[in-house]
Amino acid sequence: MMRNLLSILTVVAAIIGLWYAACIPMNMHEATQQAQRAGTEVTPATASERLQLGGIALAVKNPTLWRGSFGQDRPRLPSPDQVMTELWNTTGAMALSGRAMSKRSLVFHSWITLSATLLGFAFGTGLGIILAVGIVHSRAMDMSVMPWAIASQTIPILALAPMIIVVLNSIGLQGLIPKAIISAYLSFFPVVVGMVKGLRAPGMMQLDLMRTYNATQGQTLWKLRLPASMPYLFASLKIGISASLIGAIVGELPTGAIRGLGARMLTGSYYGQTIQIWSALFAAAILAAILVGTIGLIQRRTLKRMGMQP
Amino acid sequence: MNENTPVIQARNLDLTFETNDGPIHALQDVSLDIMKGDFVSFIGPSGCGKTTFLRVIAALEEPTGGTVTVNGMTPDEARRARAYGYVFQAAGLYPWRTIEGNIRLPLEIMGFERPEMRERIDRVLQLVDLEGFGKKFPWQLSGGMQQRASIARALAFDADILLMDEPFGALDEIVRDHLNEQLLRLWDKTSKTIGFVTHSIPEAVYLSTRIVVMSPRPGRITDVIENTLPRDRPLDIRDTPEFLEIAHRVREGLRAGHAYED
Repeated sequence: MMRNLLSILTVVAAIIGLWYAACIPMNMHEATQQAQRAGTEVTPATASERLQLGGIALAVKNPTLWRGSFGQDRPRLPSPDQVMTELWNTTGAMALSGRAMSKRSLVFHSWITLSATLLGFAFGTGLGIILAVGIVHSRAMDMSVMPWAIASQTIPILALAPMIIVVLNSIGLQGLIPKAIISAYLSFFPVVVGMVKGLRAPGMMQLDLMRTYNATQGQTLWKLRLPASMPYLFASLKIGISASLIGAIVGELPTGAIRGLGARMLTGSYYGQTIQIWSALFAAAILAAILVGTIGLIQRRTLKRMGMQP
Repeated sequence: MNENTPVIQARNLDLTFETNDGPIHALQDVSLDIMKGDFVSFIGPSGCGKTTFLRVIAALEEPTGGTVTVNGMTPDEARRARAYGYVFQAAGLYPWRTIEGNIRLPLEIMGFERPEMRERIDRVLQLVDLEGFGKKFPWQLSGGMQQRASIARALAFDADILLMDEPFGALDEIVRDHLNEQLLRLWDKTSKTIGFVTHSIPEAVYLSTRIVVMSPRPGRITDVIENTLPRDRPLDIRDTPEFLEIAHRVREGLRAGHAYED
């Protein structure tokens, strides 16, 4: 455990170190600009000459100005502390002052995205399980559904999302439902694939045994196929929930939505607010980690209750 | 039914599997009567159709020729009437159910009432000497105990016929001896008709009232040996001259069926 923790911390420290190091060349042009305005000697002396140079070359020529790469208002690459500060200011700090659900709070935006994610995940998982049951029991469905399911995933969701939003908007559906449908579109697929494999997991002997009991198809499904598919289901759910989150965020991008993590990223990019983009990105990552972790927890408890060895 | 009614009756049974490498004659012209209360062992090298014959009786395979009746019905009618319990080579317990849960499985499917389930589970657990293990999960039990649990599962709904396909094949000699002894006692107590596939000569001679010797390509019956040993058989009966005499006959039968090979 200690050794694990140590190696995890080493990796994290290396990433943060690399990130800080990258901030210098990325933000050097702006740093030299500001330094010159403040009257400091800069090489080369004119902005157009500096633009000819790459960030690394400029950083090498001006080693004394590195400090200016950090703490800028609109950096190309914000430093980790800037992102973390922004993240805290828009989540924990606002929550402590009772404004967790304010329009500027990432907790609020996360909730908007989360609700679409969860609804879409529920749709997608339900659809996935129903399709998998159909595929396993009907040869016609096996032959016809699977190719379409695979084809559906080859279309870039970014191209499809605006059409889904427009079509649904024309029949009066706005807000949560269209986003949830995009989420479901992404999350049903891993569930179908995993559940088809899971429902087919019982071997010939297990199926023969059910036959000797003269069990109906429904009984075989309920008492043999479904329990046997549980480990497969949970593996699929973990992929499905992160796909759902991506779906919900993508669903917020083309609509000009003003709420949700996707909207936060989009407005950030309109106004060059890189810090805002990065903090929304981190909020999404943290949300994904929580969702996947929660499913992992449910998985462990369920499989343990089912007597499967940990 | 009296003692002399055949419970299972096979007449000129043929079964040919069509494969890419041409037809395989799994069974050819197999005729056999199994009487009520018989313990019949099927022995032979692999590919002789002993398992296939058992599966035909259980309606898990469809014969391509000839007839079989089980309790006077077709095998499929008998299956739907739940006339037999089947024990496979592997215990095949559901890992997500406790031992009790596994034994309850056929009872749930057949729609027994709860109190009756309870009573049946307790009774069969006792029959196979697994009292106190009902709440355990399969992985907590040894291989021999798991196989006993699977026998309990096959006994739970009280079919008159028990079909066993090499149930002890994967177990070591010592456990096997013990289970053989238990199985004999169980057969004595329940007076079921048992069809038992094995590839062990001592096992076949020790357990059976009749030994059916089969040989491969095509799968057929080459000899049916009446076992003259008394019903009460302690384990050391296997060292008596009579036992060795019957074992010798079985070995001769196997060799005769095999002679055209090599």
